[in-house]
Amino acid sequence: MSEEWVEVGSLSDIPKLGARVVNAPGGDIAVFRTAEDGVFALRDACPHKGGPLSQGIVHGDRVSCPLHDWKILLDSGTAVAPDVGCAASYPTKMDGDTIFLSLTPNEGCPNKD
Amino acid sequence: MKERLVVIGNGMAGMRTVEEILKLDAEAYDITVFGAEPYGNYNRIMLSPVLAGDKTIDEIMINDEQWYVDNNITLYKGRTIVDIDRKARKVIVDDGSEYEYDRLLIATGSNPFIIPLPGHDLDGVIAFRDINDVDMMVEAATKHKHAVVIGGGLLGLEAANGLMQQGMKVTVLHLMDTLMERQMDPVAGKMLRQSLEERGMEILMPASTKEIVGDGHVEKVVLEDGREIECGIVVMAVGIRPNIELASKVGIHCERGIVVNDTMQTFDPRVYSVGECVQHRGEVYGLVAPLFEMAKVCANQLVQHGIAFYEGSVTSTKLKVTGIDLFSAGDFTGNENTEELVFQDASRGVYRKLVIEDNKVKGAVMYGDTIDGSWYFDLMRDETDITDFREKILFGQAHLGDSGHGDENRIEMMSASAEICGCNGVSKGDIVNSININKLLTLEEVRAHTKASSSCGSCTGLVESVLAHTIGGDYSVAPHLKPMCACTEHTHDEVRGAIKTNELKSVRAALDFLEWNTPDGCGKCRPAINYYVMCQYPDAESDDAQSRFINERAHANIQKDATYSVIPRMWGGGTTPTELRAIADVADKYEVKTVHVTGGQRIGLYGLTKQELPEVWSDLNQAGLVSGHAYGKALRTVKTCVGKEWCRFGTQDSTQLGIDLEKMTWGSWTPHKYKMAASGCPRNCAEATIKDFGVVCVDSGYELHVGGNGGIKVRVTDLLTTVKTDEEVLEYGAAFMQIYREEAHYLERTAPWIERVGLAYVKEHIVDDPDNRKALAARFHFSQSFSQDDPWEARAKGAEKHEFESMKSINA
Repeated sequence: MSEEWVEVGSLSDIPKLGARVVNAPGGDIAVFRTAEDGVFALRDACPHKGGPLSQGIVHGDRVSCPLHDWKILLDSGTAVAPDVGCAASYPTKMDGDTIFLSLTPNEGCPNKD
Repeated sequence: MKERLVVIGNGMAGMRTVEEILKLDAEAYDITVFGAEPYGNYNRIMLSPVLAGDKTIDEIMINDEQWYVDNNITLYKGRTIVDIDRKARKVIVDDGSEYEYDRLLIATGSNPFIIPLPGHDLDGVIAFRDINDVDMMVEAATKHKHAVVIGGGLLGLEAANGLMQQGMKVTVLHLMDTLMERQMDPVAGKMLRQSLEERGMEILMPASTKEIVGDGHVEKVVLEDGREIECGIVVMAVGIRPNIELASKVGIHCERGIVVNDTMQTFDPRVYSVGECVQHRGEVYGLVAPLFEMAKVCANQLVQHGIAFYEGSVTSTKLKVTGIDLFSAGDFTGNENTEELVFQDASRGVYRKLVIEDNKVKGAVMYGDTIDGSWYFDLMRDETDITDFREKILFGQAHLGDSGHGDENRIEMMSASAEICGCNGVSKGDIVNSININKLLTLEEVRAHTKASSSCGSCTGLVESVLAHTIGGDYSVAPHLKPMCACTEHTHDEVRGAIKTNELKSVRAALDFLEWNTPDGCGKCRPAINYYVMCQYPDAESDDAQSRFINERAHANIQKDATYSVIPRMWGGGTTPTELRAIADVADKYEVKTVHVTGGQRIGLYGLTKQELPEVWSDLNQAGLVSGHAYGKALRTVKTCVGKEWCRFGTQDSTQLGIDLEKMTWGSWTPHKYKMAASGCPRNCAEATIKDFGVVCVDSGYELHVGGNGGIKVRVTDLLTTVKTDEEVLEYGAAFMQIYREEAHYLERTAPWIERVGLAYVKEHIVDDPDNRKALAARFHFSQSFSQDDPWEARAKGAEKHEFESMKSINA
């Protein structure tokens, strides 16, 4: 499958240990920035009750959902045990400070909506 | 090459240490474990339920063999270490093979003490210590009718109960004249004896055994006084001895146990030791909680974090016999300096004794109804001053104005479908199943797996009781010094202390200085640290938005559908037609779905999107409305009645007083939400006696009440003092808020904080010490000089824009 990369902004648009929302045709996508400037994208909906992950607290390789504190891994979108579920993850790439996002989710998570 | 860690002993203490090491740094060591028993690691405290037939061996396994494989641990089962060459740093196994180590952990546990009576080596004389003993007892029960248990302590009675469940007639021989004399006083011991006898147990005491007689196999036990008891097995349960054989043989300093320092290190710096084989500050422990605390410290030292120290444990005991509730903790015998508080109701079979010294709980014995055991235990560990509720303490926590659960608290009587956690809809059955299936041992684990007690926390005591009842309770509920969260070993107070002493002025500085175990902390500790830093250095512009929960970052309350609510401040509950029109206009303009009058005398607008917030705020600002901080761990509202301006009963101008209090305190951040009220007369229409700080006006002045709570646990305030002037009300108000800000733990409201430190402490620092009161008030006002800017106005004018706008919109 060919990736279609969309430019969504620059690294400095997102606070360290924070997130911003990209409004996409299929629904909002949360774009996260870690302490080491890693950039990850997840469907902006927690697998638990649909909470907006973009509004959570980012720490290490995960984000805590603001509604009920599920921890979701930023790279895979998988919930940290003992919780079970996942949010679809999206490929990102950097060109210098510019962030590109693919709207085709990674394989492996059934929760594409 | 990685350093090699060899662990002698595959029991609970050794493996808990290994688990803690893996948690901290899975790559720290190549780990090799030697266990003398031919099993994986199992929960030894659960042997009694196995014997009683309440559980199976599989149910009490903690780590199966796959766990060792998954974690790259080499396990040698059924292999005994016979020698240690400390110079060459290697251990020698019973088959002659040798293994080198860089660090050695001795966790050899304890051995049952066998009295060397004539006949102690006969077939059919067994101890009660491991799975093998349980197997032997279960088998004996199929062949023999009568068992004798020597020893009427905790272990002996559990063994006796188990053998009765297996269908045997059991006689217990006890040397003393009180059962479980190390945990029970004579009254409780007598009640215990009565209920055991009612179940058919025969108890002889004082009874001294002379000899065990038999031809190859046990036939009878003969007492010193000549009595003879025929039996098919004898269980010797007179106590345990630390297993120090190997350690003392190789010259490691031992007394009663292997002597260790506060880092769990023995006199050989390469050798560490944990568990029942250890002697620490003169004490040896035979319960689980201390072992877990030791394991944590030892692991921390072994991975060279070097920040955890073991300072000894306070322990409590419960008997794992279904249907018998007893609890004891601390020093329950007392001395010439202590007093006793006793409650006894023989016909209900209830007995409680508390030993008190200087108005602090030193020990407790309970029989028949032990639901308050964990509460007394907390009071004891926290050394809480009980002066203010001394007259009620024996009736339990439910009688302290907590309208919570009261009589429903009797866990055993609860049905499996009874709801324990109302927030997350978790029943007793759910928790019990999860404990059994997932082999949970701690409150934190139960929280993670079931979500019970993970939201509002009001059911924490219940969940702990379910845990204690399910797994049997001879382990205490929580370590004395609770770390802030899983990211660190440090307690809240230690973190605050470090922030203050070392001038740590940012969250990152604190994480680095305190060597956090996780790179950026978590959603629990970061907001706490951020608060502590802000509170200590109000002038340092230290606030870190990314360490704030979303509500405080967005200055609005997130709702279940990810929309937000907006609640403007109404000073002292008052408003004007202009403000009401502005609110109505906003509700129309943004098609607000719900307009709701809140419990704090103001109006809430619900269902706004995040993008709309700055515009909404701008519109409200134009009418003079500012943020109500309804979303924050901050000053919320000051509720008032109309006072003497209108009310025919009013004694003072409570409305203006409320407005003055709110003008003084708005914008301040606090450990948890903070509510105030001012009532114009003792009819108390503003409900001031369930607020964090409440003023009740009386003809002669003002009563100041503190530590109330109308939420999860209703708590009526304590009367702090009575003052004459409204200036004094404001000074006390500022001082009380500041001492709470400076000393309570993050997310601890004034009510539990006061229960923890005691009202006497607060009075001493605020009422009895005017200089300190003025200094506290001055620090409060200094802090306020940086925090009284309307956050809505700044954001309406464009501050923090990124928070409210999406990064990009992609069209289809």
